[in-house]
Amino acid sequence: MVTINELHKYGRTKLIMPGTAACPGCPLQLGMRYLAMALDGKFAMVIPAGCSSVIPGTAPYTAFTVPTMHVPFASSPAVASGLRRALRIRGVDGPVVVWAGDGASADIGFASLSGAAYRNEDIIYILADNEAYMNTGIQASGTTPPKAWTTTSPRGKTEGRKDVSLIMIMHNVPYVATASIAYPMDFIDKVRRAASIRGFKFIHLHAPCPPGWKFPDNYTVRVARLAVETGMWILWEYNQGKLTISPPSIPYKDKGRRKPIEEYLKLQGRFSHLTKEDIEEIKAGVDRQWDLILKLTEIYR
Amino acid sequence: MINQSQVSSRGIRRIMVGDHAVAEAVKLARVNVISAYPITPQTLIVERLSEMVERGELKADFIRVESEFSALASVYGAAAAGARAFTATSSHGLFYMYEMLWWAAASRLPLVMAVVTRTLGPPWNIHDEHTDILAIRDSGWIIGMASDVQEVFDMTLTAFKLSEDERVLLPVAIGLDGFILSHTIEPLYIPSQEDVDSWLPPRNPKVPYVIEPGGEPVTLGNLPRMDVYHELHRAYMDEAMDKAKNVLHEVYSEYGKLTGRYYEPLVECYRCSDAKYVAVTMGAWSGDAKVAVDELRDGGYPVGLIRIRYIRPFPDEELATYINGVRGIVVFDRDYSAGFGGVLAGELMGLVPSNVSFKGVIAGLGGVDVSPSDFRDVIVNFINDVERDGYLRVRKWWYIPSVNGGD
Ligand SMILES: Cc1ncc(C[n+]2csc(CCOP(=O)(O)OP(=O)(O)O)c2C)c(N)n1
Ligand code: SF4
Repeated sequence: MVTINELHKYGRTKLIMPGTAACPGCPLQLGMRYLAMALDGKFAMVIPAGCSSVIPGTAPYTAFTVPTMHVPFASSPAVASGLRRALRIRGVDGPVVVWAGDGASADIGFASLSGAAYRNEDIIYILADNEAYMNTGIQASGTTPPKAWTTTSPRGKTEGRKDVSLIMIMHNVPYVATASIAYPMDFIDKVRRAASIRGFKFIHLHAPCPPGWKFPDNYTVRVARLAVETGMWILWEYNQGKLTISPPSIPYKDKGRRKPIEEYLKLQGRFSHLTKEDIEEIKAGVDRQWDLILKLTEIYR
Repeated sequence: MINQSQVSSRGIRRIMVGDHAVAEAVKLARVNVISAYPITPQTLIVERLSEMVERGELKADFIRVESEFSALASVYGAAAAGARAFTATSSHGLFYMYEMLWWAAASRLPLVMAVVTRTLGPPWNIHDEHTDILAIRDSGWIIGMASDVQEVFDMTLTAFKLSEDERVLLPVAIGLDGFILSHTIEPLYIPSQEDVDSWLPPRNPKVPYVIEPGGEPVTLGNLPRMDVYHELHRAYMDEAMDKAKNVLHEVYSEYGKLTGRYYEPLVECYRCSDAKYVAVTMGAWSGDAKVAVDELRDGGYPVGLIRIRYIRPFPDEELATYINGVRGIVVFDRDYSAGFGGVLAGELMGLVPSNVSFKGVIAGLGGVDVSPSDFRDVIVNFINDVERDGYLRVRKWWYIPSVNGGD
């Protein structure tokens, strides 16, 4: 387990240089900084089209301090596969990380993600999930929650949500976990555990986005934490055949200890049009998800 | 041009199909990472390469990807990590790669790809046509097209030298006609591994840059600070394309010393020096066109053949030199740009002085067989028309054999 003391040493280290092009309150910048802490700033990164292609600022400068390839939208798992294989042949070690949005992962790049996972490529894949195509202006993606407003679902999204992390487990990869930018210690531990395992590692990082979800930009961490506290986002870890609920989510196995879902929804403009029935449906969805994950902890024990 | 009676090719004489010749060249180049996806008529290449890897004859990693898009993306990633990498495809597979083709080229990483040319559907048709490879000509790849199995081998092997040259650093696509070369057995000479090693050293992973954990924090591909950087970057690519012409001369001259086989690098001119009329072709059917030229010469027609070996970089000077002084040019396109006509005809026309007769012929699409006598007839008709009328200018003319006896 990583300790705060240990992280103090990064207090003054600029793992991401200042002056990025991220919006105020951007969750991706937080997440990427934690990622860099977890790996002590020593990794190579592959980034498909998305906000993270813009965040580092403009060439010939970059705010990222690790070797980075920005690549076409659907290609990052395949690019990382080739990168990793070539590095192995050259005898170069160290993590190769894909840092990709939900659109890149759940939708357009899903085939190449699935291919890399099934081949068990030795890479860490981080799905930084802000629940829509943010870079192009908040369009609905496969992970946008049902009923959420986006610019392509102006009356609320009518489809469900693709559970990419569970689908990844079905690829028989060694490591799959969910994480949240509000729980950096949990996320850092997971990245480090992933880095110690050979094969395909997938971490699904929940990343609430102020402009995309329509909440004030000083609420990013609060919204992310509420997602966990209301049970809307469950932190779990699947490690080589064993699935466990992660410490921050353990209290919320007990439905009675979860905060009311309304607390999470009401902070976000994208849910402002919801009716009472809509909210009941969302609640039922959360219960079903918990049932499923808890059953999976029984199966993968 | 190679005059078979004059050369003394070194190496071992073997017989094999074009696809296997590609695999043999890839093996001798000691490629590190290979990835490809099955599509006819390319499949024999990757099957053979997989066997070579399995048997340990080739120490490479073979990535079994789920699509051509990922095939190119993964060899591209491998090239960024310093490996010598190779992929191969055809037609629909090439089009499935389209976005990556451009990204790979503008990343200035060395890569080699074999394109076994094939018709695009619908309808599904696995036979030969050049429209697929010509559709990538704006993407930044150097593009060559072989005319026999020996040349398939030679072009593939030299492609690595060319692509990795610091003055070039562009990916190279080598075309070979589906079935006509890919699946046809021909004799060829294969140099020894020692000879190849002495001429083609392992790739320097630091050129042009390397992406590796803990390495220099280079970033590829983030937004340019000013759009003019983007424009300059393309101008640099253009410079590299121009330099590639000189590098091609050097590479083929060294390769000639190594193997005894000397090629005119960009364009071959067959019986051109005193020709009043020239035909222009690219790819395997050039052999049939040469037979037609020989027959026509025997019949007293002053005709020669220009064979395009590399369409990118565009060999404008070489073509202009050979075109200079002729009365008429007939270009054969085994491709079709919809709403326009033959691609080669279109590209060449700008080099043809306005007082020189010109005819663009579209033939052999969808794998339709074009024989030496077809070439002979079209060329003779062209010459007769020009001689009769004095001048002729036809950009696009379809040569289609009659179906069911002419119905
Ligand atoms: C092939 C292709 N289609 C569309 C785009 C346009 N595009 C760029 S980024 C983006 C959305 C990215 O969304 P996501 O992956 O969720 O990442 P985010 O921006 O939310 O971090 C889209 C649609 C593109 N770059 N390439
Ligand atoms: S839109 Fe959201 S994810 Fe994208 S840069 Fe802005 S805050 Fe970050």
